[in-house]
Amino acid sequence: MGEKKLAVSWITFACCEDSTIIFMELLNQHFFEWKDKLDFRFCKFLKGKNNAFDGSDVTFVEGAIATKEEEELVKEIREKSKKIVAIGSCACTGLPSAQRNTFDESTRREIMIIVERFGHLDKVHTVKDIVKVDYSVPGCPMDEKMFLDTLDKLYAEFGVK
Amino acid sequence: MHKEGEFDIDINHLSKIEGHTDLEVKVRGGKVEHAHLKISESKRFFTQGVRGKPALAVAQLVSRICGTCSIAHLTCCIQAVESAMGITPSEQTMVLRHLTNDGLMIRDHAMHLYVFCLPDIMNADSILELADRDRSLIEKALEVKSAGNELSKLVAGRAVHAPYPNVGGFTKILSNDEARKMAHTLSHARGHALEFADMFRDAMPLFERKTHFIGLKNPNYEFIGGELCSTEGYCIPEGQFLNHLDRVVVPYSQATGFEFEGKEYMVGALARMNLNREALHRDTKADLSSMLAYFPSNNIYMNNLAQAIEIVNCIDHAIEKLQTTDFAPEQYKTPPVKAGTGIGVTEAPRGTLYYALKTDEKGNIEYINLVIPTAQNMINIEKDMAKIVQDNLDTGRDRERISMEVEKLVRAYDPCISCATHFLKLKIKEMKGEPRTAAKKPHNQFALG
Repeated sequence: MGEKKLAVSWITFACCEDSTIIFMELLNQHFFEWKDKLDFRFCKFLKGKNNAFDGSDVTFVEGAIATKEEEELVKEIREKSKKIVAIGSCACTGLPSAQRNTFDESTRREIMIIVERFGHLDKVHTVKDIVKVDYSVPGCPMDEKMFLDTLDKLYAEFGVK
Repeated sequence: MHKEGEFDIDINHLSKIEGHTDLEVKVRGGKVEHAHLKISESKRFFTQGVRGKPALAVAQLVSRICGTCSIAHLTCCIQAVESAMGITPSEQTMVLRHLTNDGLMIRDHAMHLYVFCLPDIMNADSILELADRDRSLIEKALEVKSAGNELSKLVAGRAVHAPYPNVGGFTKILSNDEARKMAHTLSHARGHALEFADMFRDAMPLFERKTHFIGLKNPNYEFIGGELCSTEGYCIPEGQFLNHLDRVVVPYSQATGFEFEGKEYMVGALARMNLNREALHRDTKADLSSMLAYFPSNNIYMNNLAQAIEIVNCIDHAIEKLQTTDFAPEQYKTPPVKAGTGIGVTEAPRGTLYYALKTDEKGNIEYINLVIPTAQNMINIEKDMAKIVQDNLDTGRDRERISMEVEKLVRAYDPCISCATHFLKLKIKEMKGEPRTAAKKPHNQFALG
């Protein structure tokens, strides 16, 4: 048996995936450290096979919740993950993905066809509107240092050395 | 149990690409019935969101259309606003814009090639797995990617949603010292970038289907400026692009497709290499001359090699500019606003990005129209998917293998799904029709985004 690794997942909902890119660029410095300390469960930008949330210590949730399908999935993720970290502005505050929440009536009518056809919710929500969030890393894109600090906290909580 | 020659491939949320898309292929009687790229990422309605916002600030909002190519949106929108308001940026500003875009290309292509595609060509599932096999290979890959990231950070303040570039200029200018140090970092990464180009050349599968390629052509292989050219042999001024495009509604997708003069086409690194490789930097040509002989090419996998060459080219361009420019402090002044219409065209990592916008006399946005690279490639991707499935069926390959081949093919396009979804409006009558319908000109259909 090796050392305990932190089982992590990363999912994106309605967003531009800017924090995913920040994570990708943090890999430039942290790849080998994280390879040893993190066990990637669901992480579609890093691997093709065995993407599943089951057994995740923590799931990083990037983006706002815009559709019924996303709402159901984030609830399922909550069940399967011990901790949830909301990542980036859309996950934490809804914006800018939630810009349609404040559209005037005529603009709302204009977008209604897509809202209905693709199962969008009436309003776009933050992650904590839908499920309990344990930590948040705000920023557009996410603040790098806050992300690293959060990871350190999670290492400590889960006994990852 | 399927009958022989009858099966479906449903790939839910294709991995190792930017964003969310599903692939759906239906095979009946040994023939491909359809091959669909079903973009499933949620729309965020930027077209409507930008209306009435101050044009001087809106580039920072549209930057949020896409994390990975935010710099392309930022640059293109700034250029469109400047063109609407009659603002001419300084020579130094243009150097900084070119450098910012060099950083973007290096970082973004490196992510696609080294993180997403390298496992494909080395029969691995991920770079995590590759690192166990060859640690130094991954170290080199990360060094090149990092060099691009650092270049954008230095020149533009950040590689994602960069804060310094603005309408009329940059709010912070790098120093000559910083520039020379950055040139040194890039020189070191260059050797690795050459090695990767070799690897991708040696590993390219062959898949050809005759199509058309479109991209900006200019004398220095830059991503801003020049004419829009087609491999069919003609060029048009940037401003006329929309007059040649047809929007194609794809009812099952949250994105829209495009045809140029009624035909599918491809934009991106392969298009640029097919059209403009003579304009590559002299140092790039000197070191990679044997690879340039592969172009022009109809083989979509050559898009990967074209990206590998572009990384070297951007490094060479950036080194030259960083070493030879005398960067001088420049006080950023907020430009006066006015009403007007403007166009911006840039080559984003995945191809030609087009902005047309209108401002009112208060300097607020009336509308923005966009043409996104991945949306332009969508029809081409689907036709390639159908052909590669049929080719593989004809040579007797099984469903699992075919499924893998389709994934690799789509990945070679380096699709950017965040971008593809956010600018369209579907008309009700088009939405109801199951078969896709080509919406004909006039071009103001794009006003709907």
